[in-house]
Amino acid sequence: MSAIPRLNAIWVYLAASPLLGLTITLFAYVIAQSIYARCRFNPLANPVLIAVALIVTLLQISHTPYPTYFEGAQFVHFLLGPATVALALPLYRQLGNLRRLAVPITVALVAGSTTAIVSAVAVSSWLGASKQTVASLAPKSATTPIAMAVATSIGGIPSLTAVLVISTGVFGAVFARGILNVLRVTEPEARGFALGVASHGIGTARAFQISQQMGAFAGLGMGLNGILTSFLVPVLVPVLARWL
Amino acid sequence: MLLSLAVLLLFQCLGEGLSYVFTLPVPGPVVGMLLLLGFLIARPRAADTIEPTANELLRHLSLLFVPAGVGIMASASAVRGDLVAVILAIVVSTTLGIGVTAVVMRALMRGRAGDKAS
Repeated sequence: MSAIPRLNAIWVYLAASPLLGLTITLFAYVIAQSIYARCRFNPLANPVLIAVALIVTLLQISHTPYPTYFEGAQFVHFLLGPATVALALPLYRQLGNLRRLAVPITVALVAGSTTAIVSAVAVSSWLGASKQTVASLAPKSATTPIAMAVATSIGGIPSLTAVLVISTGVFGAVFARGILNVLRVTEPEARGFALGVASHGIGTARAFQISQQMGAFAGLGMGLNGILTSFLVPVLVPVLARWL
Repeated sequence: MLLSLAVLLLFQCLGEGLSYVFTLPVPGPVVGMLLLLGFLIARPRAADTIEPTANELLRHLSLLFVPAGVGIMASASAVRGDLVAVILAIVVSTTLGIGVTAVVMRALMRGRAGDKAS
């Protein structure tokens, strides 16, 4: 066997898209993290936002379609499952606090979840969005798999819902600090829980960057609101559609 | 670390299985999280074993959302018709969602603290 076909084989092997997609994802994130650190962890320099912007730019310059990129990125995406399961640990460590705050948590959850759904539906239908768009928007504060399933069941478009869910998460992660400071909410339990309820996993990721305690409450908010949204949206949206 | 990862995956499998068999509206990983929480309450010593791996995963939770975020590029055109309505709806409703949740929780937390003090 000559050396040239062997070199060729190595090149083909290395250029295989899964490797490239994975490498790009990790490097973009490392760069985004260092920018975030240099901005002294200012929420405006959200690492998810920066990493996504870097990768989208790179894919557009190189004319790489998303499915090709995702062949590699899916290995990172896959870890979302075990990471969600891993939320049980910070929750377990906060069990004492959770028991103590069971009533505030329950009431705040119902209030916040209902507010998020009703206001999303009201504002979008007011501004003349199509029925499909409104249905895709209603469960946007829930975590992606729940939101997509719920949107489908009420006539929304799941891929559109995924976009709206991610946008909601990024908006919450970036602006929650400002909103909570204006309202002068200082309790880390309330700040974390609100982030999780309104902006699911991306909000939870932001909360974990601040403290384990905030992260634990955010993870709890995300999980509980996912469950509540899947029950509330199919009930609320038809009722609101009649009113609005 | 490998054992912990295997345990996390095992609970995800259990969660996915339960969610599928009983056609629950809740996705498998969330069910898995609740099952693992139950397991930790029953076996507190397991928490020390799994915790380092779990914390390492959660420390990089932001990274895990990047591939889905890039997906925005793939389907952003679906929003175009209702772009203004969608942006305003997200801004208003996420702001209200965060605000209402936090304010209600704070009010009830302070109420409880007050009860204890009196």
